Amino acid sequence: MHMADALLSPAVGGTMWAASAGLLAYSSSRLKTTLDDNRVPLMGVLAAFVFAAQMINFSIPGTGSSGHLGGGLILAVLLGPHAAFLSIASVLAVQALFFADGGLLALGCNIFNLGFFPCFLCYPFIFKPLAGEAPSRGRLMTASVIAAVVGLQMGAFGVVLETVASGISELPFNSFVLLMQPIHLAIGLVEGVVTAALLVFLHKARPELFGAAQQNAKTRSLRPVIVGLALAAMVVGGGLSWFAAGDPDGLEWSMAKVSGKEELEAPEHGIHSTLGSLQKSFAFLPDYNFKEPEATATDSGKPEAQQTESWPNVSAGTSISGLLGGFMTLCLAGLVALLLRRRAPSKA
Amino acid sequence: MGLDSALHEIRHLDDLSSKDTPTHRLDARAKVLVTLFYLVSMLSLGRYEVSALLPFAAFPLLLAVQGEVPLALLLRRAALALPFVIFVGIFNPLIDRAVHFHVGPLAITGGMLSFASIVLRSLLAVTTGLALVAVTGFDQICRALGRLGMPTTLLVQLQFLYRYLFVLADEALRMLHARVQRCAKNNHPTLREYRTLLGSLLLRTLDRAGRVHQAMLCRGFDGQMPDLRPTTTFGPAEWRFCAIWGLFLIAVRILNIPQHLGNLPLYLGGKAGGLFP
Repeated sequence: MHMADALLSPAVGGTMWAASAGLLAYSSSRLKTTLDDNRVPLMGVLAAFVFAAQMINFSIPGTGSSGHLGGGLILAVLLGPHAAFLSIASVLAVQALFFADGGLLALGCNIFNLGFFPCFLCYPFIFKPLAGEAPSRGRLMTASVIAAVVGLQMGAFGVVLETVASGISELPFNSFVLLMQPIHLAIGLVEGVVTAALLVFLHKARPELFGAAQQNAKTRSLRPVIVGLALAAMVVGGGLSWFAAGDPDGLEWSMAKVSGKEELEAPEHGIHSTLGSLQKSFAFLPDYNFKEPEATATDSGKPEAQQTESWPNVSAGTSISGLLGGFMTLCLAGLVALLLRRRAPSKA
Repeated sequence: MGLDSALHEIRHLDDLSSKDTPTHRLDARAKVLVTLFYLVSMLSLGRYEVSALLPFAAFPLLLAVQGEVPLALLLRRAALALPFVIFVGIFNPLIDRAVHFHVGPLAITGGMLSFASIVLRSLLAVTTGLALVAVTGFDQICRALGRLGMPTTLLVQLQFLYRYLFVLADEALRMLHARVQRCAKNNHPTLREYRTLLGSLLLRTLDRAGRVHQAMLCRGFDGQMPDLRPTTTFGPAEWRFCAIWGLFLIAVRILNIPQHLGNLPLYLGGKAGGLFP
């Protein structure tokens, strides 16, 4: 399931873009050094295959519904994690641009949810150990079902975390998790079965294909370290941003209260309204009300909202850190891209 | 969405992007950057904002009008993207019942406001993204991203995908048609059929990738796709485009223009302690 722009705050969107941009840069630099030339068109054509396969449904027996291939895992098996990650990112980019699946700001989230988990976690740490060097039919089946289910559970959990951290939807964490995870358990099972069926088919028809990805993976030395670092960065970044969202929030709120009480003149309001429009409606409007009791609720005041100050507080913080965080992460992503661009011409 | 309608939609947008209007001629980097700035400034508004979102419609509207993109197309696509957003947002009115203000007898709760805000955000984000593609074209967007620093490997990957999408989808459609003609029913294939169908498609795909690579090597492929259009520069028109839209977006992000308009009588009367006390 795709994350959507409308549910995303720029802080979360920007953070996920930074994470995905970093992974894309890492994957492309890895590919530049290890890729033999004939895999370039293979990546493109396989991505086109996944795109087409996602649009072909099959009926799931006994349910009346239908399913289709997601494609992350099978790309990872056929191409290796780095090439697969780039391929999935390209498929998601086309979907975001032409079908508005997700959206442009949410593309970072979607690349991470649907690319990182299957390619960099499920394939190397679940699929490969389970399938082994010379996989039998049963082992292929087990490995792909488990890897696909785990991958989709992680992806769905990512959507939940991103949505809740953005604070645009009111859906509480618990109920959203309970909605998303079971649905994606079913989707993951379908994905696993289809991937396994295709892999068994391919294994019979083209056994030589399965050597390629493993060959590619032999040269990994830094990968566990980098994956570990990326994970740690995500956890720390995510954790810090939660706390960061709490801090300026409280400060801002009390500042607004103080300045609102001491100076009721308009210019001050203007500056504050640039920081958080929400803040304005909750912290300032009571002043309006206080000053102008006869002004009706429609033009300025939302008196009842005072009772719910604990919730808006959180989201006001999110919107402020949203702007700042969004810009900072964009700058960061830009910096990464710039560094990469410097290096690009020497190789290309 | 079925494969054939998906292909149709892509081709439709592709056709639109090959028009030749001043908006189409702008360097793609300008359009991409303004679109990103647009998304960040629009989506960073607080979650109860509804009126402040409205002026943001100006950007996709003007882009579409100047680029001769049919508005009906954008709106239809935007409607298609709504279900997931509604699925997640529909709980807002149920959960957040704090009354914000009254319109006559109707109490407007925070949940209603944030739900309306979510739907509006989705419409704006989707129409803007599609309008960008319709006045720029996929290839130009990719090249713009490449010139803004996207790694070459990813650029080539995107261009490959876009070129072979049509070929592969046509192949898949032919196989689906063949299946329908043989079994004389147009339902979804069973898992068994699906496996064989996709498996054969995958084998053909792999073969095609090999042939494509041979052909490209014969024609001197050096790791980068050749430019089909003359390279545009970031000239005065682009600076103007960025400056005007940048200022506009900053203005509508900071000032809630519809609210100020609505409060105008109060300001003039000096009741709210506004512009003319």
